[in-house]
Amino acid sequence: MADTPIAPAGHVRLGSNSGQSMTRREGVAKVTGKANYAADNKPEGLLHAVYLESGIARGKVISLNTEAALAHPGVVHVMTPENAPSLAVSPDEKPVPFSARMEVLQDNRVRYAGQPIALVLAETLEAATEGARLLAPEYEAEPARIGFENGEAYDPEFVTTGTPPARQVGDIDAERKKAAHTVEVTVDTPLQYHNAMEPHVIIAQWDGDKLTIDMPNQAIGLARAGIATYLGIDPENVTLRSPYLGGGFGSKAVVFGPQYLAMLAAREVGRPVKLVLRRDQMFGPVQHRSATRQTVRIDLDKDGRILALDHHSLSTTSSFDDWLESAANASLSIYASPAIKVSHTGLRVDTGTPGAVRAPGLASGTAALEVAVDAAAYRMKQDPLDFRLLNYAETDPGTGKPFSAKALRECYAEGAARFGWKGRPLEPGQMRDADGYLTGWGVGTALFHAPFFPAKASAVIRSDGSVGAQTSGADMGQGAWTALAQMAADGLGMPADEIEFEIGHSGLPDGSVAGGSAHTASAGSALFAAGSDAVRQVAEIAMNDPESPLYGAGNEGVRASGGRLHRVDDPARGETYAEILTRAGIAEVEGQGRGRREKSAAEQYAMYSHGAVFAEVKIDPDLYQVRVSRLVGAFAAGRIINPRLAKSQLNGGMIWGLSFALHEEGIHDLRSGRPINNDLAGYHVPVLADVPSVESILVEEHDPHANALGIKGVGEIGITGTVGAIANAVWHATGVRPQRYPIHIKDLLEGELARQRG
Amino acid sequence: MNLFDYKRPSSIADAVAAGAEPGAAYLAGGTNLLDLMKVGARKPDVLVDISRLPGLGEIETLQDGSVRIGALVRNSDLARDAGFAKAYPAVAEALLSGASAQLRNAATVGGNLMQQTRCLYFYDQQSRCNRRQPGAGCDAIGGETGKHAVLGWTKQCIATHPSDFCVALAALDASVELQGPDGARSVSLEEFYTLPTEDTPGGADVRPGELVTALTLPADAAHFAGHARYIKLRDRTSYAFAIVSAAAMADISDGVVQDIRIAMGGVAARPWRARAAEAALKSKAPTPELISAAAEAALADASPSGDNAYKIELAKRLVHRAIEQALAGTPQTIPALPGSVFAAQAAGR
Amino acid sequence: MTRSLTLTINGTKHDIELEDARPTLLDVLRERVGLTGTKKGCDRGQCGACTVLVDGRRINSCLALAMSHDGAEITTIEGVADGETLHPVQAAFIENDGFQCGYCTPGQIMSAIGLFSENGTANDPEQLREGMSGNICRCAAYAGITEALLDAQTRLSGKE
Repeated sequence: MADTPIAPAGHVRLGSNSGQSMTRREGVAKVTGKANYAADNKPEGLLHAVYLESGIARGKVISLNTEAALAHPGVVHVMTPENAPSLAVSPDEKPVPFSARMEVLQDNRVRYAGQPIALVLAETLEAATEGARLLAPEYEAEPARIGFENGEAYDPEFVTTGTPPARQVGDIDAERKKAAHTVEVTVDTPLQYHNAMEPHVIIAQWDGDKLTIDMPNQAIGLARAGIATYLGIDPENVTLRSPYLGGGFGSKAVVFGPQYLAMLAAREVGRPVKLVLRRDQMFGPVQHRSATRQTVRIDLDKDGRILALDHHSLSTTSSFDDWLESAANASLSIYASPAIKVSHTGLRVDTGTPGAVRAPGLASGTAALEVAVDAAAYRMKQDPLDFRLLNYAETDPGTGKPFSAKALRECYAEGAARFGWKGRPLEPGQMRDADGYLTGWGVGTALFHAPFFPAKASAVIRSDGSVGAQTSGADMGQGAWTALAQMAADGLGMPADEIEFEIGHSGLPDGSVAGGSAHTASAGSALFAAGSDAVRQVAEIAMNDPESPLYGAGNEGVRASGGRLHRVDDPARGETYAEILTRAGIAEVEGQGRGRREKSAAEQYAMYSHGAVFAEVKIDPDLYQVRVSRLVGAFAAGRIINPRLAKSQLNGGMIWGLSFALHEEGIHDLRSGRPINNDLAGYHVPVLADVPSVESILVEEHDPHANALGIKGVGEIGITGTVGAIANAVWHATGVRPQRYPIHIKDLLEGELARQRG
Repeated sequence: MNLFDYKRPSSIADAVAAGAEPGAAYLAGGTNLLDLMKVGARKPDVLVDISRLPGLGEIETLQDGSVRIGALVRNSDLARDAGFAKAYPAVAEALLSGASAQLRNAATVGGNLMQQTRCLYFYDQQSRCNRRQPGAGCDAIGGETGKHAVLGWTKQCIATHPSDFCVALAALDASVELQGPDGARSVSLEEFYTLPTEDTPGGADVRPGELVTALTLPADAAHFAGHARYIKLRDRTSYAFAIVSAAAMADISDGVVQDIRIAMGGVAARPWRARAAEAALKSKAPTPELISAAAEAALADASPSGDNAYKIELAKRLVHRAIEQALAGTPQTIPALPGSVFAAQAAGR
Repeated sequence: MTRSLTLTINGTKHDIELEDARPTLLDVLRERVGLTGTKKGCDRGQCGACTVLVDGRRINSCLALAMSHDGAEITTIEGVADGETLHPVQAAFIENDGFQCGYCTPGQIMSAIGLFSENGTANDPEQLREGMSGNICRCAAYAGITEALLDAQTRLSGKE
């Protein structure tokens, strides 16, 4: 295949589509109810599946009343460990990336509350639901280990998937000896559940050994490989359709036990099977964000320069797998310090295994770090923004590498100006608004990695003038349908609304993972390259055709736009793709593209998106209910393909930060281990009334190294920095430094009472 | 949910006959009952659909000046009834502070009275709960108790009643009309909810087959229209149950509190009338000291049922605030954020 | 015991047979009638994704027993555009990026249509936010939703 030559980094010119605030390509489908989400499909002969979840957190299932379930009208089949078919590979193996140890009724062991322990198939959803309830399980329970005090601590070999659990830069003991001031804070973060609006769902149907699946998925290529491996079939025999995801946030990158149960059941009964998790079932087998207990110690010189930064995180995981939130690593890349130490301790508890939740590591890590930094600024009696500028990292503190680009200073400046930061009183409790509410202002620094995943795409130009582009990539709401099409169209030299565009299907070239805030850069680069490659082929045909006005123009002498190639020296001389291909008698040309990052750039530079978030809170002075009255974020993330959609991502991310700071908390009963606020009335996320004002500023940034197009990501960075900005604003309003998230009314009240007691 | 029979009687008499059968439950808006059936907390054998019964959908002012609200009036219709909202502004505000617009459009006032506690352990079917199964025990005690009762609880049950509406109603001495197999009766709304005892978990006092047919506000309830507020403290700006809430309504002339009503929500298994607080202010010219004394009196008997002592202090402060705001006068219109502590901020925009 | 009921959905009468009385209005729309635009987010009245209009009022169809609405007029997201012309609320949601994943969007739009019929087109943003707080958007497209609501009001009042 002909890769498009990578142009000098950062100098690729995109055409007229990228950079435009186009509305969503799939907008009409989404506002008319026509967008096809997985659960909307209804193949002939469909059976509904509902799994029964464990009511204990550890132990064994010793009986299930399958007779009662089977006797319920409409129930067709009950799968239990006694009759469940096995996977081709043990569910405790992790044969491909983005897989996790899971429960597929392999035995009667219970590892956490909410684990699937049986599956009921029925002609109707109502019958399957009641059938599952009628199973009335009996257990042999062992004591649940839940909470920071009850888990089993261990020293991890790695955090997330393979990152070293500890790092040291410089000589922390030596630097501490020089310190004039020391600040230390401890902050707890709770278990948080993704809770995409669309629950996990699968519709599985078999035709011989061919499997067709409708399932929202963020990583179609990896999912297909994993499914084929676990089910012992050829990957070519797995068709996965995922045109629309009703949100993902990390949890739809992995295929979990429940989906495998549905696939096995469909094969077993020879009928299509649909399984949709109930909302309460979203609090078990489909991952969550680890709870953390983080301690950040900052040692400062007499002027407020950080000398030593020590960040430790106790992060929870399950008893049977190893994902750990890499929270402490946040301290490696934000503030300059001659000495940095980050470390993690694992804590095994009886929950499902955690995983990546939007902004993994950095959301939790900055939630603690930004509070500590704010406390340090106050210790120095410095404005929190000035303090951050004083400790600005010109190179990546963790690696010493230069940044590929870093417009954080501009983010601070533009954000502060827009917010009106100037004149903020240094002391807490000084501001009240006209209605008497305590008012506080806080700032936080936002940061997120700019990874790049190998991705493939193809593009086609046909002799009838139609053009198209494809990749398997996924739109979980971030705007891939639109932004990726814009980039493909620029590669093809066409207006975006005149190209056929397809994503979300395993039959398309592997567009890699929609995750890590890397999808636009990765899949978009591949699409742009594929389009360019198709145009190159058309141009070559024309330039070698004596009948073409482009004959002999040479590579640099030709430009594409509007489905037409023309001479650079005389734009009037040119012809359409259709004319070129028709005359040559060629029905179509297909371009292939890969997205890639220069290896040398990856080795040489530290690559991040940066941002600054400013928060204003209003707090009732007696009752301590909190409302975030304003959020202003300024972000620099390289080239922005679609400002409208990028702002939506950033605004949404900041509201996730608000949610982290004030709302989200998965509560497990410490005795039973069961999640007991496992619904959306108990597990709060913000509603519209919680968000009076949120605003994102896109700060101009040119990143010549991140990739050829200079694109970084905006999907996750909004959360980072925001959590701390809100916590710091709460402190500025009340004088109470939050020690846990979410910040409770109770904590602020008790803070006041403690202060009164002196 | 379990299989059930479904009946839609066309008269109250037929409904009550059907409802008196063992295992029957009345269905109106369904917003609470269906939810409870989905989690398995209720498993009726028969649903008696009363949603179309004639004569239960009216808001009437009776000759003696009292107001009778049919049990099937939808929460939103009552709150939006201009005459009603003008006469009983705190009731309207309480209604509008509850749930969401969609739920208020479906839920009936009778159903609001009959709604069950939101205790996490009542909902968690694996937990022991005396309300669901008398004698089983209470797993809320010693569990996650931050939102539980601080008044009127016993070892049997520490749950709270979740309604906002009922708090304002209790303040106004509302009564509940019921129709049962043995005829009609009326009971004060406050006493409609029995508190837990040492041996029983408490709950709504509904006898087998009894159907809530109406709510009545006595004639003197309209005296408080000029000085009435309902405030609800919650951990989300909207669409959340109260941590604690308070209704305060005063009848003031010549600078003297002729009568005052104070009730609290989220603190007990019933909307809690704070009569000692009322006594502290009645027939007096209000002063900050008196208001503080009233707030103290409202919580004088409170004690934490778990990790919720903070609610006692909050409730005091909230009662204080509600009294202050009631004395300041009812707002011209219901605030954009009804019942919110941020109502003033919203009004300022 | 089978049951039957009649619903008029988006102007079309549907005679529906049920296996038993359990299905909610939401599950009837999605699983029996095949109108899958209305979404199930929580099935417990806690998110608003299933919002439809029943006899002109917005309600959570997940907490409505279908049998109880025998004879009702239902409007779903599939029924609000006028042929190829979008309803002003739909158009405003696209224009103001009032959604991301789109899963809560049918409920948001039906809720907004319900809100405007309840409140008229009073343009207090706080009232709009409160009035739409029964519709959770986990993508948190709230800034766009607020803009869309304000824009829709303008479009609607221009039409009146």
